Amino acid sequence: MHEAALPKLLRVGVDVGGTNTDAVLMDGNQLLNSCKVSTSQNIQDGIVSAISDVIKNARVSAADLAIVSIGTTHFTNAFVQRKDLDEVGIIRIALPAAQALPPLTDWPIEVTYSIGENIACVAGGFHYDGRVNAELDEKTIAEVARSFRSKGITAIALSALFAPVNDQMEVRAKEIIQNEHPDANLTLSSKIGRIGLLERENAGIMNASLSTLAKKTVKGFRDALDKLGISAPFFVSQNDGTLMSAQVVEKYPVLTFASGPTNSLHGATYLSGLKEAIVVDVGGTTTDIGVLSKGFPRESSIQATIGGVKTNFRMPDINSIGLGGGSVVRPQADFDVTIGPESVGYNLSSEALIFGGNTLTTTDVAVAAGYADIGNKKHVENLSKKIINATLNKMREKVEDGVDRMKTSGNAIPLIIVGGGAFLVENELKGSSEIKTVPNSGVANAIGASMAPVGGEVDKVYSFETLGREKAIESAIEAAKERAVVAGADLDTTEVIDIEELPLAYMPGGAVRLRVKVAGDLKVGSSREKHE
Amino acid sequence: MNNSIRNKGSSQYSNPSDAEEQSQLMFDDLDLQDFARGAAFLGTGGGGDPYIGRLMATAAIKQFGHPKIVSPDEISDDATVAFIAMLGAPTVLVEKAASGADIDLAVHRLSQRIGKPIDALMPAEIGGVNSTLPIVAAARLGIPLLNADGMGRAFPEIQMVVMNFEGVSATPFVIVDEHLNSITVETADAKTAEDFVRLIAMHMGLSCIVSGYPMSGAEVKRATIHNTMTEALSIGRAIREGRNSANPAQSLVQSLNDSPTYGFGKILFDGKIVDLRRETTGGFAVGHCFMEGIDDSNEKFELIFQNENLVGTKNGQRIAMVPDLITVVESETVEPIPTELLRYGQRVKVIGTVAPKLLRSKKALEYVHPRCFGFDFEYVPIETIENNPK
Repeated sequence: MHEAALPKLLRVGVDVGGTNTDAVLMDGNQLLNSCKVSTSQNIQDGIVSAISDVIKNARVSAADLAIVSIGTTHFTNAFVQRKDLDEVGIIRIALPAAQALPPLTDWPIEVTYSIGENIACVAGGFHYDGRVNAELDEKTIAEVARSFRSKGITAIALSALFAPVNDQMEVRAKEIIQNEHPDANLTLSSKIGRIGLLERENAGIMNASLSTLAKKTVKGFRDALDKLGISAPFFVSQNDGTLMSAQVVEKYPVLTFASGPTNSLHGATYLSGLKEAIVVDVGGTTTDIGVLSKGFPRESSIQATIGGVKTNFRMPDINSIGLGGGSVVRPQADFDVTIGPESVGYNLSSEALIFGGNTLTTTDVAVAAGYADIGNKKHVENLSKKIINATLNKMREKVEDGVDRMKTSGNAIPLIIVGGGAFLVENELKGSSEIKTVPNSGVANAIGASMAPVGGEVDKVYSFETLGREKAIESAIEAAKERAVVAGADLDTTEVIDIEELPLAYMPGGAVRLRVKVAGDLKVGSSREKHE
Repeated sequence: MNNSIRNKGSSQYSNPSDAEEQSQLMFDDLDLQDFARGAAFLGTGGGGDPYIGRLMATAAIKQFGHPKIVSPDEISDDATVAFIAMLGAPTVLVEKAASGADIDLAVHRLSQRIGKPIDALMPAEIGGVNSTLPIVAAARLGIPLLNADGMGRAFPEIQMVVMNFEGVSATPFVIVDEHLNSITVETADAKTAEDFVRLIAMHMGLSCIVSGYPMSGAEVKRATIHNTMTEALSIGRAIREGRNSANPAQSLVQSLNDSPTYGFGKILFDGKIVDLRRETTGGFAVGHCFMEGIDDSNEKFELIFQNENLVGTKNGQRIAMVPDLITVVESETVEPIPTELLRYGQRVKVIGTVAPKLLRSKKALEYVHPRCFGFDFEYVPIETIENNPK
């Protein structure tokens, strides 16, 4: 490679987790430096200390950075723990349709203690083919906006019938509400979801409930970068592994919900150079197994349920098994053992035998077997060989079985092992052609965030009869590319990642639902101001 | 016979053929989940998202109370019965659901037209969303629900029901949208009703409520498939309870073998989906799902589906075809997979089930023979085909 010919492209990737904030500094595809600090209460301080560490040690100045990208599970955790949620005003524009399933159907009751049950159903909405189903009841929208305003509700979720096909009524309702209630933070379902009113509306309500937290968090990100004197644009990674601007995440935090596993898979593909592989991420409590296809995570066909609420996000297809570095090992009769699913978790450093604790964990066994050298080996000297072997066998079986479930054929496929507990399973596994362990796998998430492309997606019903199949697909790709470019992608590098055709069943030919996803490299050279 | 039903207020299990006990049948949340799962199985990949149907049923029962379920045996010969269903596209239904008032109006209009009150409602099909929608209707209207249906599975069109095969008129047939527009169709035959109604449905937005096939209690007794509500419940329950056993799929097959309506089921294939193609030809959206054995990739299976699964071919030989039931289930959980959710890489089992007798009569095969779905071969009953071609 002619290094001199390549422009220097310095990127910082940050992963803000519940426990740790990781940062990496990349030059193109090369990892220059990485570091790990504790996540701070206000988020910002942790980011500042991680980024300043990672650039200081590499002798890079803040002004040289081209891009900062951040991945975070902060919003997911907040929703799952019902923490810092706003009270939400829910407006559904669909009457007279969909009355049999009112908003908040099938939600866990305790969420409504946080977000309330402020629901208004209003006339309006479209047909599947974009025709008007009912005129928008503008007068009632204005009344509802005033009533929410008088109750002090600023977070508002708007969902209109067939908004993914035609978003005009949501946009018009937004104008009316902003007029009546200037402080309102509006979530439009058409910006988030796919066809399927209830699940799209659910995602919208979740999003609205995170309004205040999103502003606060993004402000924390900005303040951190300001403090460090970084003027490069910054992005946040979203569910499908692509990047979005800070402005988007401020309004649509829910789009980060599945970014954790996605970043880890992306990081693995960069660290290993493999585009077709199975990734085994061994953590403290679980081992998460995912599949890379063309360098992107394979998506699950099952709709994701987050914090007890059904959404129509597609998440990476992850098989999570109860095996990690902190998993509890229990010897049974005849030198048999059981492993997990209980884990000592982050208490490993006090509870594991090698750290002077009283609980036998998988890490203890790995140390006893010589797979790892951490803690005090003396504490596991007396562990019986038979117990060690039984545990090692069982761990291997668990991983082999978990991997096998994710495979699409009997052929052996490369395996990439990442995560803090990688040493548990580094040895030969059945059904894999090669096993790659990669350096720096502990910061795979931050690397994944730093290398993520910018994406655009379209999900619409097209008429193949009037347009023809090819024209319809072409037009969907065009629209998806436009969205990617608006999000910051370089048009020349955009390519189609996924096309899904679903003919509307029980209809004589014609109407087909098309889902097209494209992604491209981030257009570099722009400044933060330009992106915001 | 293993069709036990939970009987409220008693720890005893009752026999569903016992009319007295059957009227006690109530759907609690677990029953509804089992029922929706069983109906998804009998839906053979079609019939729409059972989740939405289950949510609507739960909401209706909460608001209006449990509907009374009656056996075909206990209904008087001169009673009036009609079916209630959703007609359109499942993809639209997940957006629009139903409004409720549209359901009420469909039944009301039909009753007006025939000049008689409707004494009981019936599902048109026991597959997907149309198995749960009648629970919503019966709860709302306080009309008993008949433990029977017109197909014993799911089919895409109005003429493909036993009532039609046995000479009951499809019309008057009412179609209603959520704006409470309604049209009543009267036609010479059921296929013409299908053609008219499909066009109206398109204009109405593809998520309509229909009610038709008004018939007498005497006709119910000879021209419907009996006890399919409880069949769906016990199939769904067998799948759930089977998950605690070593071989969950076997628990399902056992419940099919024990069933008086179906009486025979078998595992046709066990493998992984390796390719999936969807195409629109001649107005039909046809899908092909290719599978391979997990341990032996020389073992091949091809499933052809339109709205429902229609033909299964193993290693080049057809081993199951419509009107017999072909259902793809998730290997581990035995959860039925609708055609829309089939994905590359899934581990699945394909289960074949004998169609109820009334779907195999000479008259029935005029409407549901493989030729009616565009295939050019003879129908061979599933139980007569050896399942080990190589």
